[in-house]
Amino acid sequence: MGLKILTEHINVPGIETLEVYRKHGGYKSVEKAVKTMTPEEVVEEVKTSGLRGRGGAGFPTGLKWSFLAKPEGVPRYLVCNADESEPGTFKDRWFMEHNPHALIEGMITSSYALGANTSYIYIRGELMFILRILEKAIAEAYAAGLLGKNILGSGYDLDLHVAPGGGAYICGEETALLESLEGKRGNPRNKPPFPAVKGLFACPTVVNNVETIASVPWIVNNTGAEYAKVGIGRSTGTKLISASGNINNPGVYEIELGVPVEEFIYSDQYCGGIWKGKSLKAVVPGGSSVPILPANLILKTVAGEDRLMTYESLADGGFVSGSMMGSGAFIVFDEDQCIVRNTWNYARFYHHESCGQCSPCREGTGWMEKVLHRIEYGHGHQRDIDLLVSVAKQIEGNTICPLGDAAAWPVAAAIRHFRDEFEWHIKHPQEATTPGAVYRGQLNSVTA
Amino acid sequence: MAKITFDGIEVEVEDGTTILQAARKIGGKVVPPAMCFYTPLKGSGGKCRVCLVKVSQGSAKDPRPMPKLVASCITPVQDGMVVENTTNEDVLNARKSIVEMLLINHPLDCPICDQAGECNLQDLSYEHGVSAQRFEEERRTFNKVDLGPYIQLHMTRCILCYRCVYTADQITDKRVHGVLGRGDAAEIGTYIENVIDNDFSGNVIDVCPVGALTDKTWRFKNRVWFTKPLDAHRDCPTCSGKVTLWNRGDQVLRVTARKDEYSEVEEFICNTCRFDKKEMSDWTIEGPRKIERASVISANHYELPVVNVPIIPNLPKSAKKDLPNAPEQWNP
Ligand SMILES: Cc1cc2nc3c(=O)[nH]c(=O)nc-3n(C[C@H](O)[C@H](O)[C@H](O)COP(=O)(O)O)c2cc1C
Ligand code: SF4
Ligand code: SF4
Ligand code: FES
Repeated sequence: MGLKILTEHINVPGIETLEVYRKHGGYKSVEKAVKTMTPEEVVEEVKTSGLRGRGGAGFPTGLKWSFLAKPEGVPRYLVCNADESEPGTFKDRWFMEHNPHALIEGMITSSYALGANTSYIYIRGELMFILRILEKAIAEAYAAGLLGKNILGSGYDLDLHVAPGGGAYICGEETALLESLEGKRGNPRNKPPFPAVKGLFACPTVVNNVETIASVPWIVNNTGAEYAKVGIGRSTGTKLISASGNINNPGVYEIELGVPVEEFIYSDQYCGGIWKGKSLKAVVPGGSSVPILPANLILKTVAGEDRLMTYESLADGGFVSGSMMGSGAFIVFDEDQCIVRNTWNYARFYHHESCGQCSPCREGTGWMEKVLHRIEYGHGHQRDIDLLVSVAKQIEGNTICPLGDAAAWPVAAAIRHFRDEFEWHIKHPQEATTPGAVYRGQLNSVTA
Repeated sequence: MAKITFDGIEVEVEDGTTILQAARKIGGKVVPPAMCFYTPLKGSGGKCRVCLVKVSQGSAKDPRPMPKLVASCITPVQDGMVVENTTNEDVLNARKSIVEMLLINHPLDCPICDQAGECNLQDLSYEHGVSAQRFEEERRTFNKVDLGPYIQLHMTRCILCYRCVYTADQITDKRVHGVLGRGDAAEIGTYIENVIDNDFSGNVIDVCPVGALTDKTWRFKNRVWFTKPLDAHRDCPTCSGKVTLWNRGDQVLRVTARKDEYSEVEEFICNTCRFDKKEMSDWTIEGPRKIERASVISANHYELPVVNVPIIPNLPKSAKKDLPNAPEQWNP
């Protein structure tokens, strides 16, 4: 078992209460930070740690924090992105449900580092019960003097609020989130200006994922240099992976970055192998937005090296033969899964979730979904495959926010790696629409 | 001041000017089209993506190119910036594909649409569209909705440019107009069909680039290219009273605000001027309105078309005007 930075105490009974949480070393980072460190020193530690954003893009957190504009007399905000709605991702909700104080501790320490006196946790609307858990924990923290005025006698003030969204995926995009938090329709903003300059209520703002923020206390307690020792290269520390699909042990795992993908899938410590001993067909390693990879490419890079669970290794080969770490949603497909159906399902999601502001995404997501639906239900034409590739390309890079790219990539990747499966669907509509029928051609070329 | 090179042409503009406005300063064929940006409306732009351009040099200080195409309507210039529009294949291809996207769910009912002849989407598709149709699916449709006695919303034609939303927000004082729903199911809503009841509500018709918001007092009365536009004014207690009348003979068929070559209104007008003053006696006529837009209505009845210049002797001065946006075949 590797080092557990986030989940060491998550199974301790009563850890959701302040008392038990503190017994296990909770809120030490707040004491250390507000009493013995300057905000700049905290930012420095986070920079040294090499911690990267866990919300999907993997941007270095310390660097992001150092970009925060600090004009005189203007408030700054820290906003925690707990909107988690990417298909396949369920790490944040699990973490907040079981260990709410760990997030609150991270919020206090991080807010101190950024000089924010008001901070928000923006939580997905469907997670009302977790909002209540967080609010209960926040009330406990206020009562213990960990929130509010003059925290632990240090002179630092912080108010922390939890705000629910309306359950739209797009409100996870940071600027749409800020619009929604301001009480407006959750349309992503045009950038620049970036939130670091003009964010919430037009003030400098940092938006970070739940897991990112929850990693900060350990870094403050143990130093950034210690954190940087975990992991490989620029992928430092540990990461929560939501593993789902046809595996024996679906669930959330905290891994040290650098675990080989093969070990992650087949070891009993993690996924425990493919369900019912079937063979592996494909993996979407980072949430529905990232390219799908067939078994051979997820286990080994084109150069024949073992693929590792790191930002760099998963992306090795670019979009030709690689994928992305994304939000760490590891979705496994066995030999009986239909890639066309899955691609259609993802396309349906993005069609439903596009905010509709920009023409390529608004129209293109619907177009792709309709074409994929036709192919899946036996009404496809061979020309549809190239049409899909072309529509995906027309969306990619031409939109306001990355949802357009996120909608285009899975379609383009599925066709890139499973073109013959699409062709088979079109050529044999009757067979393809028979319940339970799956194309098995690729498996011959796959070495698992 | 910032000096930029746009399609090889140098132009100097104030700091903070957008690339699009700098291009408009040059004018003519190099200007990128714009379907959502509207100078008088704060916050507009960035949505339709037809104005995408390539920034091949960010600035004199930082000459790196911008990685993606950028929306020229919201991207400010930097000194030493080099921008490619009509000279860049990627830009032209991206624009083509965006026009295609705008059209897939559009009903293409131009023959029965009041906006035909002065529709920005029509012009855009003529210039940048492809004639082949790749979309075989069912189009999205909505029912027509009356927004009060004067305005009709034909949502099926809407391209969600948000101009009317910004107008309702900024010009009219009680906001009852916004976008409901998401993605291609998003629609202009007026909260349970609340009428937009405001002295200036009619302006949403003028800002709409397509025939989604139309004037019910003009509906099916005529085709715009058969009408004669006249500039006129009246003493109006509510607005400037400066309008364009669209006449058939002495009959005022429609009143609109005065629009420039980019279809942007010079001054917003009130509903009384727009909907209630349909007699010639209501107005002081200033003279013919010159339409400089690249649309069939620019072939209006006041200027000789610029054809066979050497054959027609003593061409009146007005006909010698360079019509940069006129379709090619008029300038053989
Ligand atoms: C469509 C879309 C949805 C997103 N959803 C989430 C989300 O649910 N949670 C999240 O943390 N980040 C999400 N992101 C990423 C955020 O925009 C942002 O990059 C992130 O919250 C930054 O935090 P980090 O630096 O800690 O990763 C989403 C991005 C896009 C484009
Ligand atoms: S890319 Fe899609 S989701 Fe993002 S702003 Fe444009 S329409 Fe909205
Ligand atoms: S109704 Fe017209 S102005 Fe309003 S969003 Fe649609 S196209 Fe734009
Ligand atoms: S005019 Fe620039 S994006 Fe619409």
